[in-house]
Amino acid sequence: MSLLSVENLSIRFKTDEGLITTVENVSFDIQEGEVLGLVGESGSGKSVTAKAIMQLNGRNTVYDPASKITLHGGPDIDILSLKRERDMLPIRGGQISMIFQEPMASFAPAITVGKQMVEQLQIHTTMSKAQAKELSIEMLDRVGITEPARRFDQYVFEFSGGMRQRAMIAMALTTKPRLLIADEPTTALDVTIQRQVIDLMKELIGDFGMSILFITHDLGVIAQTADRVAVMYLGRIMEQGAVRDVLRTPAHAYTRGLLNALPNLDNLDAPLTPIPGDIPSPLERPSGCVFHTRNPELAPGSRYETEIPPMSEIRPGHFAALFPEDVQ
Amino acid sequence: MTTPLVSIDNLTVAFPIGRKLFGPPPMVKAVKNVSLSIPKGSFVGLVGESGSGKTTLGRAILQAAPITDGKITYDDGERRYDIASLSKDKLRDFRSQAQLIFQDPYAALSPRMTVRDIIAEPLEVMGLTKTREETDARVREIAAKCRINLEHLRRYPHAFSGGQRQRISIARTLAAGPKFVVADECVAALDVSIQADILNLLKQLQRDLDLTYLFISHDLSVVAHVCDYVAVMYLGEIVEEGPTREIFANPQHDYTKALLAAIPSLDPDQRSRVVSFERGTVTVDG
Ligand SMILES: Nc1ncnc2c1ncn2[C@@H]1O[C@H](COP(=O)(O)OP(=O)(O)OP(=O)(O)O)[C@@H](O)[C@H]1O
Ligand SMILES: Nc1ncnc2c1ncn2[C@@H]1O[C@H](COP(=O)(O)OP(=O)(O)OP(=O)(O)O)[C@@H](O)[C@H]1O
Ligand SMILES: [Mg+2]
Ligand SMILES: [Mg+2]
Repeated sequence: MSLLSVENLSIRFKTDEGLITTVENVSFDIQEGEVLGLVGESGSGKSVTAKAIMQLNGRNTVYDPASKITLHGGPDIDILSLKRERDMLPIRGGQISMIFQEPMASFAPAITVGKQMVEQLQIHTTMSKAQAKELSIEMLDRVGITEPARRFDQYVFEFSGGMRQRAMIAMALTTKPRLLIADEPTTALDVTIQRQVIDLMKELIGDFGMSILFITHDLGVIAQTADRVAVMYLGRIMEQGAVRDVLRTPAHAYTRGLLNALPNLDNLDAPLTPIPGDIPSPLERPSGCVFHTRNPELAPGSRYETEIPPMSEIRPGHFAALFPEDVQ
Repeated sequence: MTTPLVSIDNLTVAFPIGRKLFGPPPMVKAVKNVSLSIPKGSFVGLVGESGSGKTTLGRAILQAAPITDGKITYDDGERRYDIASLSKDKLRDFRSQAQLIFQDPYAALSPRMTVRDIIAEPLEVMGLTKTREETDARVREIAAKCRINLEHLRRYPHAFSGGQRQRISIARTLAAGPKFVVADECVAALDVSIQADILNLLKQLQRDLDLTYLFISHDLSVVAHVCDYVAVMYLGEIVEEGPTREIFANPQHDYTKALLAAIPSLDPDQRSRVVSFERGTVTVDG
């Protein structure tokens, strides 16, 4: 059963330099109980896509009329048609929770962490204050924060970077959302805590069928958490499919480039290999396949320079932005 | 072994927590009795459990955390600074030598300044450039090095992705031409491709400008690639230190072992190993 479908999502921003396209014709589905990974280089449009689901993009945002985001399971909710802030309120933090990329952005500096967690629960559940406090402390404990009762009464500035991130995760999970959008949730965490947090998320998927949109640039984390993965570049999905298929047999040159850039622990002397070339300016969006300007595998004059490749099916459920003749 | 640029001797940093009606508030020791020397021109890695005191140690060196006890000296051969007792003038001077790249770029960038102004601010405050043209030229040069689109210089930080903000914050730090940089999780928010770029840039600057780094990171594969020396922190103390290769080949502390074992595998069917260690937290005294 599909929980969320995103169809033909295109997002532009009005800026001084004109209208800039940051997401173009993006479609994906998230099933109930599924973890969908969203990866791609910095600036590729991952956070903007996630924020569209919560309608949290700035006032200068223009959604293309064909864009549609639907929350299923219950009466369908057409999210982009909710124009008033108060229509979004039951969704934000209730049905859908988001863990933001920058923890400082989601805590008020002058209110204790615990008070904020309790307030969030009181908005979205019928819990009493005491129950809310108990659950909040339990969640802080489960994300690996030691002495959670003492930490509950502290302010964010008194938390270390990793604790801030974990407190935010705890806060997002207490309301038992149906969909959790986790935007780079583990960047400040070392692998041992990362693992604990990921295991907790998986446990909650089992407990109440939560789905997760997991945004990260860490392909190792994707391999360990996601069922399916979508790879984004310059606002377009380049490849999408089961994690095993995409990571083991990547069909798109961009996905291969990302895998290649990973530091190799078995050979410390190997130089780090970034994807060649620069990400084009948003004002000079490449024609055809947006990746063609940096794709080392393309011969000059190739079709990809002028025509937008379709999402071709490589094997069942595995798609890549390639012309059919390039699908082996 | 070259002479140390930074020497930390028995450093303790304590924060007051909570309030008490009478008497001094209880203190939490975020850094306990730490000694470390950072040789000139080195790339020293600092790893450790979340909350173990890495950021606090880095901030203490830059006089941005209270030095409760102990001593930190910065000595580049020409100038010598005793960090715990810097006069206002000397502090200003020291700030042009030593800079911090923040862990959370959101907190570091003022929302009301354009990217150009954010990068230019340290240059102007320290009087490193004389004219607006000179400032602009310097800003553009460093922005290009950090792979910031020059057309973006007129924008405000909210219009940027997390990784772009991180690069702006790096550019701001490097603009003043520091000799010593504390880089706090400075590539954590970056994707692998740009991460590789920035790490190569930091390495190159180390060689070109004879820069010295204290590189705080929880990502061992990154530390392994860039650092020549690593110190491991646990509960406010340095529990293990040595040349990177030795630490990786032969980790001694349980935390280091757990870190090495838990690196997520790229193979979805292969779970990383779990090595248990006791999680701790800095304790409250008094
Ligand atoms: N309010 C805005 N106005 C103008 N441009 C914006 C705005 N918000 C985002 N952008 C631009 O949209 C693009 C996509 O940003 P987004 O934050 O989605 O990237 P991302 O894939 O999440 O990257 P990262 O990995 O660095 O977080 C970027 O080029 C960014 O500059
Ligand atoms: N301003 C402050 N007031 C009170 N306590 C603080 C303050 N700053 C840090 N601490 C505490 O000091 C300890 C060490 O924090 P620090 O930020 O140095 O950890 P860290 O090693 O950088 O962790 P992370 O990897 O999560 O960033 C933590 O227990 C933290 O809560
Ligand atoms: Mg982002
Ligand atoms: Mg820190």
